[in-house]
Amino acid sequence: MRVLGIETSCDETGVAIYDSEAGLLGDALYSQVAVHAEYGGVVPELASRDHVRKLLPLVKEVLQQADMQADAIDAVAYTAGPGLIGALMVGASTGRAMALAWGVPAIGVHHMEGHLLAPMLEEHPPAFPFVALLVSGGHTQLVQVDGIGEYTLLGESLDDAAGEAFDKAAKMIGLNYPGGPEVARLAEQGDRSRFRFPRPMTDRPGLDFSFSGLKTFTLNTSNDLRVDGVLAEKDRCDIAAAFEDAVVDTLAIKCRRALQQTGFKQLIIAGGVSANQRLRERLEEMVKKERAALFYARPRFCTDNGAMIAYAGCQRLMAGQSSDLSIQCQPRWPMDTLEPITKG
Amino acid sequence: MPQESDSSVFVADEAAMVGFGQQLAQAISGGEVIFLNGDLGMGKTTLSRGVLQGFGHQGSVKSPTYTLVEPYELEALTVFHFDLYRLGDPEELEYLGIRDYFTDQSICLIEWPERGEGILPVADLLLTINVEQRGRRITWQAQTEKGRQLADKLKSCTV
Repeated sequence: MRVLGIETSCDETGVAIYDSEAGLLGDALYSQVAVHAEYGGVVPELASRDHVRKLLPLVKEVLQQADMQADAIDAVAYTAGPGLIGALMVGASTGRAMALAWGVPAIGVHHMEGHLLAPMLEEHPPAFPFVALLVSGGHTQLVQVDGIGEYTLLGESLDDAAGEAFDKAAKMIGLNYPGGPEVARLAEQGDRSRFRFPRPMTDRPGLDFSFSGLKTFTLNTSNDLRVDGVLAEKDRCDIAAAFEDAVVDTLAIKCRRALQQTGFKQLIIAGGVSANQRLRERLEEMVKKERAALFYARPRFCTDNGAMIAYAGCQRLMAGQSSDLSIQCQPRWPMDTLEPITKG
Repeated sequence: MPQESDSSVFVADEAAMVGFGQQLAQAISGGEVIFLNGDLGMGKTTLSRGVLQGFGHQGSVKSPTYTLVEPYELEALTVFHFDLYRLGDPEELEYLGIRDYFTDQSICLIEWPERGEGILPVADLLLTINVEQRGRRITWQAQTEKGRQLADKLKSCTV
């Protein structure tokens, strides 16, 4: 089965074609050069959430990449939630309409299910069951995955997501927003023993996270060190290092707990923050001690993309599921309400 | 704006910030638009959590920085918690369908409202949070008749 996948839940517009036999045949994101060229150069910042203008050129592009016509598509998958209702509606109505015009089924996919299954697109995918850490600018969640559609939320952030904390800490030490990767770069030159930032919610049982207090701690530490409002380069690096260690440590502690609690031996990480090198090293060490294994998707499938939606949709369509003609999106959509697919 | 509708309160810690939010919820009658001003880490989301808890919300209150808006459908009304921090241009709000959010049955709490200037409606109440010693000072200012009624009720608040 060959599925066209559409992702428009937040900022990124992503489209891809996944074939259950041949794998990924095409994959395009709005930020790609080819799409910029389509509009004659720079796309204004104003259009960053304007999925309407980006979607159809992207569909044409993936069809070209796959060297096929629309009639070669067997079904359409689109992100139906969670996300911004206006953004979701663009992908859902376009996807639903194309499927109707092409006479093929369509299916609405849960955005986070897409992220959870993204490592399945890699050469050595994990096998069910596993524990997943979804960690990005918008999410920090630990999920027990027993199969497709069989998700149990083990813990999540009660306030800020880890990636958001990274971005905001970056701003506080004078880096441009978004600055997650910049914090990591400064941290490399920092003295990791000078400050010790708190590891929020690790001193009590449970798998929930809270990063808002860490943000305030960073603010207070940097304000205390400012001389005439200026933060010295060394102080910035040391704060970045202490901050990164605190986030990475907190995530690793909770992942270890989740593995111990479930008894699972596989951990997958997904989302933009999963690209953080320090986090990967720390988790590799941890899983080794737990005699478990770590899996992640290639960097471009860690952030929002169409490929994960095409893949997730394909699994559900092959199990006989599909959505009717109504266009329904769910800005809030708890993952544990999803329908499992029949195994076999 | 008359000076008398300005008022302020000192909150010592996170619990007091939540407590103020809960009292704000008690004073709200419905349909209010409230702007929350204050720099990163001032406690805008913590205050919003208090408001939502004041309306009976029991779950977590996630920062809406990435999603831009988090809807809360509560028993009596719907609260929309906005965070416009990532907005590149106020006009992007039109792509979000911003007009649909402001109704008589909804409460809109808006962080970083200055990023939506020109597109956002006039706020009933402006709240500003600043650092004071190791705590925060919350200052409020009414901008409409509805806001003045709200500010009047807040005068008796204790945290």
